[in-house]
Amino acid sequence: MLDQSDSYVTEDGRTIGGVVMEMKNITLRFGGVVAIKDISFDIREGEIRAIIGPNGAGKSSMLNVISGFYVPQEGTVEFHGKPRPQMRPYEVAQQGIARTFQNIALFEGMTVLDNVMTGRLNHMKTGLFQQALWKGKAEKEETANREVAEKVIDFLEIQHIRKTPVARLPYGLKKRVELARALAAEPKLLLLDEPMAGMNVEEKEDMSRFILDVNDEFGTTIALIEHDMGVVMDLSDRVVVMDYGKKIGDGTPDEVRNNQAVIDAYLGVAHD
Amino acid sequence: MSDQFLFATEVFFNGLMSGVLYALVALGFVLIYKASGIFNYAQGVMALFAAMTLVGIMEGQVPFSHIINAMFGTEVHHFGWHVPALLAILLTVGVMVVFAWLVQRIVMRHLVGQEPIILFMATIGLAYFLEGFSDLMWGSEIKTLDVGLPQGGSFWIEDMTASLGTDNFYGFFIDNLDIVATVIAALLVTGLVLFAQYTKQGRAMRAVADDHQAALSVGISLNFIWVLVWSVAGFVALVAGIVWGTKSGVQFSLSLIALKALPVLMLGGFTSIPGAIVGGLIIGVGEKMFEFAIGPMVGGATENWFAYVLALLFLVFRPQGLFGEKIIERV
Repeated sequence: MLDQSDSYVTEDGRTIGGVVMEMKNITLRFGGVVAIKDISFDIREGEIRAIIGPNGAGKSSMLNVISGFYVPQEGTVEFHGKPRPQMRPYEVAQQGIARTFQNIALFEGMTVLDNVMTGRLNHMKTGLFQQALWKGKAEKEETANREVAEKVIDFLEIQHIRKTPVARLPYGLKKRVELARALAAEPKLLLLDEPMAGMNVEEKEDMSRFILDVNDEFGTTIALIEHDMGVVMDLSDRVVVMDYGKKIGDGTPDEVRNNQAVIDAYLGVAHD
Repeated sequence: MSDQFLFATEVFFNGLMSGVLYALVALGFVLIYKASGIFNYAQGVMALFAAMTLVGIMEGQVPFSHIINAMFGTEVHHFGWHVPALLAILLTVGVMVVFAWLVQRIVMRHLVGQEPIILFMATIGLAYFLEGFSDLMWGSEIKTLDVGLPQGGSFWIEDMTASLGTDNFYGFFIDNLDIVATVIAALLVTGLVLFAQYTKQGRAMRAVADDHQAALSVGISLNFIWVLVWSVAGFVALVAGIVWGTKSGVQFSLSLIALKALPVLMLGGFTSIPGAIVGGLIIGVGEKMFEFAIGPMVGGATENWFAYVLALLFLVFRPQGLFGEKIIERV
């Protein structure tokens, strides 16, 4: 169980619980390039946690460390209070960490519904032979999981494209389908890699609304990376700021906004 | 009805039947290609290996008996028992699953994320290895395979159709084995399509075929899916091996049917299961009808090249095949 002793209630009435995930002194190198340098921060239950920073700051690398796609050379990742052993990405996903990708990774040949259903794979327990026979348990399981998938589809307002192959969808909708697939997994932690990248203002507003609704409705813990400062400040409860692989700020949007190091990183500063 | 027309009809049916057999082999290729993007050159040899293993198990052969005899100076050949066909088939399926697991473990796992051409080269190596390995394991002599499939012309069809023509026409000759093969192929394809569409593992298989990263992110183990895919391909190879082996004996040339599957894939498209079937039928009917109609004018033996010329035409005018996904890159 999570330690809930320091949980609190936000101004808009959401409960932020204990620490779900804690990154401790993470260092990630690619050969001689240090992508992440000794960074620590935590993510609390029910909060929207943003990671921001200029291009090349190491934000996506950080997300990839959390989701197991990259293995850091130093530091530990604690999930639900226990240090996580080295895991493959699919094992991380099976632990209840779902993610989306910066440049959309959907199953293009499959329909929207099938894509969302893949998000349910971890909740389906029947084995190969039961599935092959397609009797009793397997059928019941499929129905139950189908219901969850349909609920998510309704929630994200993509009912009208349920049976459309993903390859035919425009960019903005693909982003939403990817969110739906991640959400269908009923994740304990949802990672969003630039959910608003390449969107117009209207699509960004839609996406922001969905992210807030997801957090509000299901109490999903969300960690997201974003470029758009305005969006980040409106959405998130707490913000980590990265620059050149180092953490230069951590706190509420207001705290971060007034942080001199952050202002320097974003606006540039004269070097002597 | 004129006899000429009736003969043509008979040729047409025989073409359909041999087309089914081509489709059966092509299917194995499509399955692996769809799920892992690998063009598995070893599919034909896998059919040979499966058929040899089946015969070996049924007749109670001692595997690797040549090596054992050479090393220890013994004279072992057979255990002296006979395994019933059904049990032997099940055991062979087991062997093919172990083979799939080994391929994944020893070869494919180390090549994740490599260029398709490298994976293709790996399967060529696999084909030659497996070819030698099967000889070593079961011996290289030609074997007969009899799992109880009916063979020979269907008298019933012959009798029923004999009255259609004049006295020169004795009725359609259609091999019972071909009819059985058609039924088996139909069942196999239906089963596979249902499996891919409606089961959890089938969905995971399609997901892996589409995008590895995304598949990982929803918790699919690539290793497991690849073992599954190679097992299914091994199973299809076994079915093809049984049918072809019954028809023309279990021997090295069995592995060359893979070459006949290539034009089928060009026609049907590498990514389409229905494509493999329709492509197989077109090639089967096409080469028989062509031989029947044009063959006598050019001295015959058109069956050897007809399929390849047809494939060449398709490559020029419709490179993605009849059912393949059209390659459009959005920019």
